[in-house]
Amino acid sequence: MTVLITAVLFAFLAASAFAIVRLHDLFAAVMLLGIFSLLSAVLFTVMDGVDVAFTEAAVGAGISTILMLGTLALTASEEKPEHNRRAPLALAVVVLIGFALFYGTLDFPAFGDPEAPIHQYMAPRFIEDPLGVPNMVTAILASYRGYDTWGETTVVFTAAIGVLLGLGGARRRRKVLGRDDADAAVPDEWESVGPEALSEEDAS
Amino acid sequence: MTRHIILRVLAKLLIPLIMLFALYVQFHGDYGPGGGFQAGVIFAAAIILYALVFGLDEARRVFRPRMLEILFSSGVLLYGGVGVVTMARGGRFLEYAVLLHDEHHGQELGILLVELGVGLTVTAVLVTIFFQFAGRRRA
Repeated sequence: MTVLITAVLFAFLAASAFAIVRLHDLFAAVMLLGIFSLLSAVLFTVMDGVDVAFTEAAVGAGISTILMLGTLALTASEEKPEHNRRAPLALAVVVLIGFALFYGTLDFPAFGDPEAPIHQYMAPRFIEDPLGVPNMVTAILASYRGYDTWGETTVVFTAAIGVLLGLGGARRRRKVLGRDDADAAVPDEWESVGPEALSEEDAS
Repeated sequence: MTRHIILRVLAKLLIPLIMLFALYVQFHGDYGPGGGFQAGVIFAAAIILYALVFGLDEARRVFRPRMLEILFSSGVLLYGGVGVVTMARGGRFLEYAVLLHDEHHGQELGILLVELGVGLTVTAVLVTIFFQFAGRRRA
């Protein structure tokens, strides 16, 4: 039964991934990305990774979708038409790397295999619970790997600083230049930010 | 967006529940699935829902950008501060066991404080990023 559910979910995952790549309507693509995240979250739940599942549901399906919609509202919701180039070399490289990765996974222990190396010495130690914290995921993330989580927190902090400097900085700069009229064109603001913002504009 | 009465009523109903669930995920992380990051994201989602339904200006009045900046900085400081305190008490950086007399209680307190720091930072950062994106005008 679980195998059937997993297979169906993976089929949906692949279908939405193909649709995202093929679509030119960016609004629909963003919606499909949300669905992709939700499907991944369900897959994680099937694998008993509830922590990861609701992080994926909240971040992937929730917040990122909102942020991408916000970006679409600022730029355009239709992909620029591009002449349909066929690139057989690129396809060959992608297929080759895909097969190499697939071949690599054959060496992995099967999912839930009790003989897997991780279950020989690591998992029993965490289940023994030497720290006295009932949830071993929390114990690992916050205590055993406290440095990792500390690094992640500073990464999140840096993201905010980056966004404030990139998007919020333009507003302050414009005030300094005395161009605070309501209809000031956005490209002008972006010119005043620096090369990063300009390349961001090119990419959109 | 003051016209959508069904959305407004539903949002008013849902937002407190989402926030309560976020707090549960935050402080029950020792026992059940969850922790600071997930709680922060869920709390931020509640604030973003508020901003979507009641308007950005209304949301900015409640969650002032300046306050958010102080919040996400203090979250990082709280995390690092726990590490500094453990060092001051003769342990290594982030060795929570030295926080209290009992090793296990020290671990619990350390994890609680650290997760609180992560939660504060993640909430404030996500809301800040959302405000920045949503506050811009179209080209």
